[in-house]
Amino acid sequence: MKILVCISQVPDTSTKVVLKDNSTTIENAGVSYIINPYDEWYALIRAIELKESGIASDVDLVTVGKANTEPVIRKALALGGDKAIRIDAESTDPYLTAVYIAEYAKSMDYDLILCGKESIDYNNGSVGSMLAELLDMDYIGFATEIKIEGNTAVVKREIEGGEETDSCKFPLVISCQKGVAEARIANMRGIMAARTRPLTVITPTVDDALTSILSYELPPAKAGVRLIDPADMDELVELLHAEAKVI
Amino acid sequence: MSVIVFVEHDAGTIKKKNFEAVHYASGIAQKMGTTVTAVILGIVDNAEIEKLGAYGAQKVLHVEDSRLGELHPRAYTSALLTAIEKEGGKIIITLNDINGRAVAPRVAAKLKAGLVVGALTYPDMDKGFVIKKAVYSGKAFAYVNITSDKKVIMLMPNTFPITETTGKTVIEKLVVDFSGKDFGIKVNEVSKVTGEVSLSDASLVVSGGRGMKGRENWYLIEDLAKELGAATACSRPVSDADWRPHHEHVGQTGGTIRPDLYIAVGISGAIQHLAGVNGSKTIVVINKDPEAPFFKAANYGVVGDAMEVLPRLTEAVKKFKQHK
Ligand SMILES: Cc1cc2nc3c(=O)[nH]c(=O)nc-3n(C[C@H](O)[C@H](O)[C@H](O)COP(=O)(O)OP(=O)(O)OC[C@H]3O[C@@H](n4cnc5c(N)ncnc54)[C@H](O)[C@@H]3O)c2cc1C
Repeated sequence: MKILVCISQVPDTSTKVVLKDNSTTIENAGVSYIINPYDEWYALIRAIELKESGIASDVDLVTVGKANTEPVIRKALALGGDKAIRIDAESTDPYLTAVYIAEYAKSMDYDLILCGKESIDYNNGSVGSMLAELLDMDYIGFATEIKIEGNTAVVKREIEGGEETDSCKFPLVISCQKGVAEARIANMRGIMAARTRPLTVITPTVDDALTSILSYELPPAKAGVRLIDPADMDELVELLHAEAKVI
Repeated sequence: MSVIVFVEHDAGTIKKKNFEAVHYASGIAQKMGTTVTAVILGIVDNAEIEKLGAYGAQKVLHVEDSRLGELHPRAYTSALLTAIEKEGGKIIITLNDINGRAVAPRVAAKLKAGLVVGALTYPDMDKGFVIKKAVYSGKAFAYVNITSDKKVIMLMPNTFPITETTGKTVIEKLVVDFSGKDFGIKVNEVSKVTGEVSLSDASLVVSGGRGMKGRENWYLIEDLAKELGAATACSRPVSDADWRPHHEHVGQTGGTIRPDLYIAVGISGAIQHLAGVNGSKTIVVINKDPEAPFFKAANYGVVGDAMEVLPRLTEAVKKFKQHK
C-alpha cells in the first residue's frame, strides 16, 4: 500500500503577525517556519506508523513551495518517509495547490493520501477535499483515528456534536487531526538518514489562481480590561447583561 | 442565476447557523438583484423547510433521499452540482463547518470556482469581489478577491445577526442522478453527545485551563456552563492530559470559535490559545495571577482563585435568572 502525505510549511505558532508594504504583505523577516502541526503530528506520523507496522510499503511526502521550503521538507523526512517531492510553485490559492498535487499524484497509484485538517496560516482546510475531487477519490475529513483493514480504511471522524466511524475502500483522501497519532520527535539517526533520502523537484503546468489576497489587517486592540472584585460576581453578571449585552 | 445556498439540518431540524447562511445568501442576492435558491438534502418536513422563506430563500430544492441523512461528500456534491446547473447559479454559499468543508471545496474544484473559507463580510463588489476572512487562526485578517466567474463562499457561523421576515418560499423536489461512487463511504456507527451545547454553535462558552488543577474540578466549569446554557471548551494541555475530550480544545491547533461570550478560567492566554478565541465578542478572564497575559485580551477580568470565584459566579447567574 502506497501513502502520500501532503506537507505544508507554516510560520511557527508563536509568530506575531507584522504587516508591511501598506498592509499588503505579512513580514517574514525573523519568522521561523515549521511543518504545519496537523500535517506533522497526525498525517505524517500516522503514515510512518503504518509503514513501521508493515502495512504501508511506501510513504512519500509532497509539498508545494519554492526552494525556501526545503529545510522544512528535510525535517519531515527526518521523522520518516521514503522520498519527498517539492512542486516548485508558490502555494497561494488552495485550488492551485490541489491542482498541482493532483497533477503529480494522478499517475502514481497512491492508495491513501493524508493531509492535516487545515494549515494554521490560511486555515482553509480545503486542499484535501479538492484533491479528492480532482483525483476522483473519496474524502473523509476531521479524522481522529485511522485503521487499515485490507484494502479498506476504517476511520473515526468528528461530526457535528459527536463522532462516527466510516469505512471506505482505497483510494481515498483523509484529513487528520488530534487523535490520529502520537506526536514524536526526530532522532539523530532520522536526521542523518534524511540527508540521503531523495528530494525531487518538479515544475508544475502553470494554472491560474482563482483568488488573490489584496491586503491584510490586524484585529483591533482591546480597550483595556475592567477588573471586577472577585467577591462581587453579581456585578460581573450585571455588566455582562447591561453593558456587554451577552446574557 | 440565483444565489445557491446549501442548508444543512440535524435529523430534520434546521439550526440557527443554517438560517444565517440563508440570510447571508439573501444579502448577496439583493445586492446583485437576484434571488436565493436553497438546497436541502435528506428527510425534512415541509413545515421545517418553509421556515427558510423567512430568512430570504425564494425557492428551496429538496432532494428527498434517506441516504443523505448521513454525510456522503460525493453525493452531496452531485446534488449541489445538479442544483447549480438547474438554476444557472454562479455564487454558492455554505457554512464553514465540518460538512461545509467536506462539500464546498469539492464543488469549487469541480466548477473551477474561487473559494473563500470563513467569510466574515459581504463581498465588496466595488473592488472586485472582496471578502474578509481570518488568517493565522485569528491573529490577522485577509481581504481575499475572488477572480473567477463562479464563486464559492463558506460563511463563518455566528457572524451576522439574523432577523425573520414575512417572506415565503416555494419547495420543489429535485431528483439527482446519483452514481454508485457517490455512496462509497459506509457509515458504521454514529455517536452523538446529547444534552450538551455543541461548541461550534455556542454563543456562550466557558473554558478551563491548567489552572483548574485536574479533571475532578471540572464540575465547577460545568455547573457554570449549565446555568448559562453555555458550551465548554479547554486549553490544549488540558485535552493533552485527557482531562477533557480533544474536540473541546481551542486555539491555533484546535478549534477556532467566535462566541458572544468567552469565559476563560485558569488559562494563561498564550498566543496559540488566543488565536482560536480572539474573535469572541466579549472575553472574561478569571485567573489568580494579575500578570497573566490573557488580561490584555479581556474585556472583564477577575483576579482570584477559580475554585472560589466559579461557585460565586454560578450562584450570581442563578440569582440573575430568577429575577429576570
Ligand atoms: C505548536 C504549538 C501549538 C499550540 N497550540 C495551542 C492551542 O491550539 N491551544 C492552546 O490552548 N494552547 C496551544 N499551545 C500551548 C500554549 O503555548 C500554552 O502552553 C497553553 O495554551 C497553556 O495552557 P493553559 O493556559 O491552560 O496553562 P498554563 O499556561 O499553565 O496556565 C495556567 C494558568 O492558570 C492560572 N491559575 C493557576 N491556578 C489557578 C487558580 N487556582 N485559579 C485561577 N487561575 C489559576 C495560572 O496563573 C496560569 O495563568 C500550543 C503550543 C505550541 C508550541
